[in-house]
Amino acid sequence: MSTTFLSHDITASAPAGPLLIPASRGRRIRNQLATAFVGASFVVALIPLVWILTEVVVKGAPDVFHSSWWTHSQNGVTERREGGGAFHAISGSVLQTLVCAVIAVPLSLLVAIFLVEYGKGRLANAVAFTVDVLTGIPSIVAALFIYALLITTFGFQRQGFAVSLALVLLMIPVVVRTTEEMLKLVPNDLREASLALGVPKYRTILRIVVPTALPGIITGIMLGIARVIGETAPLLILVGYSKSINNNLFSGFQGSLPGMIVNEATNITLKPAEGRVWGAALTLILIVLVLNLAARLIARSTTSRGKK
Amino acid sequence: MAKRIDLSSLSVFYGKFRAVDDVNMNIEPRSVTAFIGPSGCGKSTLLRSLNRMHELAGRGRIEGKVLLDGTDLYASNVDPVSVRRTIGMVFQRPNPFPTMSIFDNVASGLRLNGMRDRKKITEVVEKSLQGSGLWKEVQDRLNKPASGLSGGQQQRLCIARAIAVQPQVLLMDEPCSALDPISTLAIEELIHELKQQFTIVIVTHNMQQAARVSDTTAFFNIAGTGKPGKLIEMDATSRIFSTPSEKATEDYISGRFG
Repeated sequence: MSTTFLSHDITASAPAGPLLIPASRGRRIRNQLATAFVGASFVVALIPLVWILTEVVVKGAPDVFHSSWWTHSQNGVTERREGGGAFHAISGSVLQTLVCAVIAVPLSLLVAIFLVEYGKGRLANAVAFTVDVLTGIPSIVAALFIYALLITTFGFQRQGFAVSLALVLLMIPVVVRTTEEMLKLVPNDLREASLALGVPKYRTILRIVVPTALPGIITGIMLGIARVIGETAPLLILVGYSKSINNNLFSGFQGSLPGMIVNEATNITLKPAEGRVWGAALTLILIVLVLNLAARLIARSTTSRGKK
Repeated sequence: MAKRIDLSSLSVFYGKFRAVDDVNMNIEPRSVTAFIGPSGCGKSTLLRSLNRMHELAGRGRIEGKVLLDGTDLYASNVDPVSVRRTIGMVFQRPNPFPTMSIFDNVASGLRLNGMRDRKKITEVVEKSLQGSGLWKEVQDRLNKPASGLSGGQQQRLCIARAIAVQPQVLLMDEPCSALDPISTLAIEELIHELKQQFTIVIVTHNMQQAARVSDTTAFFNIAGTGKPGKLIEMDATSRIFSTPSEKATEDYISGRFG
């Protein structure tokens, strides 16, 4: 080829010798080493996970799959006796978490929308910083804060609702953070397309941006719930534990699954108590699992129109 | 339906940076006006200032006037949302809404602006899809996701979506740059038909395209990086491509630079 397409001759700098050669021995060895290391790390990380799961299922299943588990409380059941159930704990945990989610989810979504769609300048920086700080707050500090506010300052009694409030503090940063990331992933093209149609900004956010990010937002909410439903410190400080059913969030001790684990674990050397500890742990995992599946189904049905 | 646009001493800024300097031009109704010029000369920025999309970007602002049939788009009593409803836009990359079906995409402008009448919506969707030449290809799968269409079809879907809200003016920001030649041809033919109804302004890097589709061509240029873009000359397309009055235009069109 005598025609020159380029101003300088690129073939001049080409290496001598054949161009297409096998990968060098050193690189192949390094490649195999790295592959082996990555694979081994995966297995090592998996061991505790599988171990915990099997342990919980094997030890918890006998109690959990007993019919009275889902209907009865531990009222009057001593640590040496079999029987009774976890209904008091399940209802307590679910109620506290539900009320927490009802408060925390709308708040978090609004904060995330503010940060991504509107936030500029000092206020947005302050909000983002506050959320960052909240992320790092230990659950016991959140519990103490609510204790100081609600019980010491305003003179309320210890109650389930106080736990919900402490859980709100722990849930907000998780949901804000994931929602923020999900909203940022929505391509700007879509916002522009909607705005260019003469759609007001708030409606663009509600009808285009949020629906597009919805599956991710729901995952974030589930992460938040999974995070708070197992929290123990707020329970110990703000509501204690009751072996009988108390569905009133605003008065008296209340059962909860983490509370039940703590309570029964004091007698873990006794067979019946040990079964209940693992049973409560398994129930906690099952509740998070069921919530997760339900949320995914909801997300799928709401966004299916465009994805059939 | 179509309206005229007049720019008088329009300068467009990003914060303190002057991206487009002192443009005066008249855009006739029911015509196609092409903006051409090298990258970075402010064509797209100017286009986006015509429907007030520019101010959505970080610290975007303008000086001067943009008149739509004599009404200043930037007057303090004009809602930017109503400006965008009147002046539609088609973007460089096809951007159908991924969570919506083909039908819902075209209906989105109407629905999001509060129309509830199902019969009327169905009517407008069909008309718009026919208008964008997509009806025959998609009539059997209106409920399928828009993401299943090819790039060219998606772009025509976006045009259908834009004309469904019956704007007076249609702005097109390099609508064919992400498309293959066959889809490009389809869009160009579509532009010919749309100009019976709409005033169209199109930004393009493809000079053959400007020559093929436009009645009037405006050539923009910049003196160098960091300098503002300027309108060099604007004239009937046939004159710009045969006997331009400026040397820079001739150089650009004949491929001597840019």
